[in-house]
Formats: sequence, structure tokens, C-alpha cells
Amino acid sequence: MADFQTPEFREYPAVPNVLVPDATAHLSPFVAKPNHQEQLGFPGELVDNWEEKAVDKMGDLLSKYRGLRVYLDSCVKCGSCTDKCHYFQGTSDPKNMPVARQDLLRSVYRRYFTFAGKYFPKLVGARDMTREVLDEWYSYFHQCSQCRRCSVFCPYGIDTAEISMAAREIMDHVGLGQKYCNEILGKLQTVGNNLGLPGPALAATLEEYGEEIEDDTGLPVKLPLDIKGADILLITPSADFFAEPHIDGLMGYAKVFHEAGVSWTLSSHASEAANFSMFIGSYSNMKKVAERIRDAALELGVKRVMVGECGHAWRVAYSFWNTLTGIGAGADPNDEYAQKLQKQLDPSVPQPMHICEFTHDLIQKGKLRFDKSVNDERVVTFHDSCNVARASRMGDMPGGQFIIPREVIKACCNNFVDMDPETIQEKTYCCGGGGGLLTDDLMEIRVKGALPRMEALKDVADNRGVNTLAAICAICKAQFAKVLPYYDFPMHMLVSTHQLVGEALVMTGSEQEKELLGEDADEAPEAKAAEQD
Amino acid sequence: MATMTVNGRELEVDEEGYLIDLSQWDKEVGEELAKSENVEMTESHWEVIDFLREYYDEYQIAPAVRVLTKAIGKKLGKEKGNSKYLYELFPYGPAKQACKIAGLPKPTGCI
Repeated sequence: MADFQTPEFREYPAVPNVLVPDATAHLSPFVAKPNHQEQLGFPGELVDNWEEKAVDKMGDLLSKYRGLRVYLDSCVKCGSCTDKCHYFQGTSDPKNMPVARQDLLRSVYRRYFTFAGKYFPKLVGARDMTREVLDEWYSYFHQCSQCRRCSVFCPYGIDTAEISMAAREIMDHVGLGQKYCNEILGKLQTVGNNLGLPGPALAATLEEYGEEIEDDTGLPVKLPLDIKGADILLITPSADFFAEPHIDGLMGYAKVFHEAGVSWTLSSHASEAANFSMFIGSYSNMKKVAERIRDAALELGVKRVMVGECGHAWRVAYSFWNTLTGIGAGADPNDEYAQKLQKQLDPSVPQPMHICEFTHDLIQKGKLRFDKSVNDERVVTFHDSCNVARASRMGDMPGGQFIIPREVIKACCNNFVDMDPETIQEKTYCCGGGGGLLTDDLMEIRVKGALPRMEALKDVADNRGVNTLAAICAICKAQFAKVLPYYDFPMHMLVSTHQLVGEALVMTGSEQEKELLGEDADEAPEAKAAEQD
Repeated sequence: MATMTVNGRELEVDEEGYLIDLSQWDKEVGEELAKSENVEMTESHWEVIDFLREYYDEYQIAPAVRVLTKAIGKKLGKEKGNSKYLYELFPYGPAKQACKIAGLPKPTGCI
């Protein structure tokens, strides 16, 4: 384990940090191996004339992405963003101020792409593309989780995530990639998921979970795989098959589907919602990964595509799947398969749909019955995932991405408390592990970056009795499972949102229903359902 | 490439000390890997490691945590069939730490 100190809780609400220059300059994730790079179409190692290639690639990105140039041109150094980044708050390193992070790239942009920078570089803080600059990029663009909290406070709406993605794309193109993201993307494109979980292992695993639900409920609840003609294809993070508490969320979805009486399936070809291509700013890889989902949906002939609890995947799905794959309106006219899929999917329901929207809809229609008392020992708070909160929506009302998960939790828990309003919804803090930072070699920045979220959690734990933290993102869950103990919270206070749903759901004909009816046999099930509303 | 030495044998490992070629693994290598993790191996530890290797042989991947806990519970009694028991044996997490000692590749993804 690396040697570092978990930050002390600050006085709450926090006072400004005392700057510690280069506090985390030593952090730098493992570099991708040549085979990881080449699988994604990038050079295996740093190319000879990389300085020139990097500048060329920046020019290419500037010509394609108008927003990038606007973000690089429009900063007026007002200072509004400086203390808004969780990594800055946790490290006090001034280079983790969003404006300083942007300047790492902006300074090179000015040198090669602006009049003043070309002729008077020193006057405008323009820098040559040197090895020192590259190393600084590699370090500090991997201390950004692309959570976009800073952009909420920027009067010009400058999106640091966009800049960080561009920097990583440039680095990949000169042969300097990050091992964690690129190795995983390779597995995803060959095996079908981030874990490298092959089809037979997935089938065996799902069968075990089905048995577990049956043992618990007495009902033959299945987690179907590769079922042709199913109505719904569920695309969920592969962590849902593998890790805790993710697995309990997956079993929650299965129970909801069963109770709703719909036919659904998972796919062994597209057994992953995650698409880390977004983190590395690679459009070509993002499309390739998304096309696996398009192909699976066509092959299985489904009518709907739904997404499980995964933050960045929901951004990719909600914002980009339509043009990438034809899931939603906007299929590329030259992509016959996307066109075909767009026609195949049911236009009367949102495509794609988030699992929380599906569950929420059933709750509103009174189709799910809960015994909230099973969650009575819990006082629950909810962590808004950055990509869901600031880069997407759920349902058909503004703020649906904040309202719907909370309504789902409240439907199955009696005790719900929100954290400080400055730390939730559109101002939510990143868990500290997003954007491709969820790797052991970056544990120091993960722990330090979790500080603001942990402080807000401590506040409600101490003052409101919160003992349960619910999340809707595989990265948030894995990150919290690791960092909660650093801040003296128990690891098991973390739950999947659909775990709460699954635990409280009283399925028709289940052991839980019999028990409940036995207790108050005179009360009809309908009356019980009405009481929940 | 980094290496580890076991009884005079030089074995390749990755940046985090995971064995590259899992066919080179034997109990001695497992002991050495456990030392690097500050885990003192007992019979209970080996039971988990053996199961991991068997499962990997069949499926080319380590088992999911729940699959592992259920299998351990079936084999060794219900009181051991939970992740708390596994975390007591492998404090850094059964998936990553136990896999390393078993000579298996590190599980990747959002876990």
C-alpha cells in the first residue's frame, strides 16, 4: 500500500484550504502496455516525433469539437471554480483547481493555435509541448474524474471534463495511455465486459443468483441470458454480476421484472453498460463499444433497451446512444443496422430507459407492494452520481434524475434524509473514483478526493442518524466500498438502490407475502398497496 | 518487467506483483505472494485459494464474491459463508488479494 495520510475532517462547512504546491505531483497511474494500446488503435508506446503528433492531434480535436476551442478561449480567470473540485479540496494542490487543470492544456493551445501565443508566448503563459508538460498532463489529467461540478459554478460553463478527455485522447494518440482504462476497454471489445467474464461463467453466475432469490422468496425468479424475443434487453455494469453490494442491486432488478410480469434478458455479447471510451475521449472506441449493444439488441429482437445502475453509462446511453446505435431517435442515415434497430424498438416508451424510471413507473401505477418495515433499521441517504446528475435526465420532468431515485428509495424505506444541499443534486460531489480513476494505483487521490462527500455523509450520520448510503453507479459503489473505512465508516453501510427495492418488495405469491398476510390476514392485499401510496 | 524469486526461480510479475504466467504457480509461490501481502496463510486461507484455482480452471475467471461465499458456506459451514469471513482472511478484499495469492490475474472493472 502507498504511504499517505487520510485527510482530517475539516470544520463543517469547510474553510478554504491552505495551498500546498505539488502536493500530489507524484501521482501517476500505470501506463498502458503496448498490447492494451494497440487493441484500441493507438500506438503501442510513445512515438518518436510525439511533440509534433500531439500538437497535430490537438488541432484535429479543435477542428472537430467547437466546444473545446470555446472552453480554451473563454476563461477569464474569475476564480469561481477554484475551490469546487473535490480533488483540490482533498489535496490542497493548486494544480487541482479546475482553472489550473485547464491551463495545463490551454497553455499549449495558446502556443500553437493563437496569434499571441505564437509570437509572444511568455506574455500569455504559452508553453511548448515538452516532456515536462506531457508528464504533468499525465499526472493531473488523471486527477480529474470528469465529474463537471466545476462547470456548474463557471459563469461561462467551461467544461473541464471536455478538456481532460481531449488531453487523454491526445496522450493515447502519441502512445501514452492509462493502463486501467485501456486494458479494460480491450477486454470489453473482445470478451464483452470490463471484467473479462466469459459467457459460460456469466450463465453459471446468473443461475446461482436465481437460486438465491428462489430460496428467499419461494418464487422461480430467473435472470435470463440471451433469450431471443424477450421484450427488454437490460444493459448493466458487469460489476453487478461480480461485486457486493452491486449483486444485490441486480437481484433487485430481477425481482422487479418478475413482479411486473415482463419478459427480459441480459446479453452475453453485450454484458456491459460501462463505456470507458468516454473517459479517454475516444469517439471511435465509444462507437465500437456501443455497437456491441446495437448488435445484441438486433440479434435478440428486443423491443426495449434498459440500463442498470451505472453512472457514466447512463450519460453515454442517454446522450449518445441515439446517434451511435439507433437506440432513440437520430440513427445515422448511413448505418443500416442503427436504422433497423431504431425501427425495431418501441417508440411509445423512452429508449433507452433507466431501471429507476421503470421501477418508479410501476410504483406510481401501484403495481409494486412494499413492506417498508424491513428497512426500518436503516436511515438512508442518497449519493447523486455525477454523470447522472449533470449529464443526463430521467423521466419527463426537469430534475427527474434527482427526484426518481429518491422516490424509489422512499417507496421502500421509511427513513430518508438528504445530505447538505450544497453537496447533492446538480452540486453533487464525485465519489472520488470516477472518470477512470477507480484503480488501486490511484488510491491516494481516490481517498483524498472522497473527502467532501465523506464530510457531508459524516454530517448526516452524526446529526440525523444516517447509517445507509445508497448509490446508483457501479463506480461510486466500488469506490465507496474501498474508501468508507478510511473515514471510519463501515463498508456495509453502502447499498445499491435496487437492493433496498429488492429487500422491501413483497412479490405476489412469495414467502414474504404469506408472512405478511398471516400477520394481518383480514387486510386485503389491495388495501395494503393503497396504504403505500 | 518486474520479477519475484521463489527458491531460486525467477518469475515474472506485473507492476502490482500479480503473477504473469499462472502455470508457474505452486504452493511455494502462493506462500511468497502471501508474504508480499502480509497475509499469514492458514488452512482456512488455502481452502479459499484452492477453490479459486479450481473455479478459474473451469471458467477462466475468478468467481464473483457471492459465488465464492456460497461455495465456502456449502463446503465449510454456513457461519463461514459470508464476505465478513473472507475479509477476515484477506483484509484487502477477497477478490483482489486472494486472486493475487492464487496466482490469478487481477480482476478488473468497477469492482
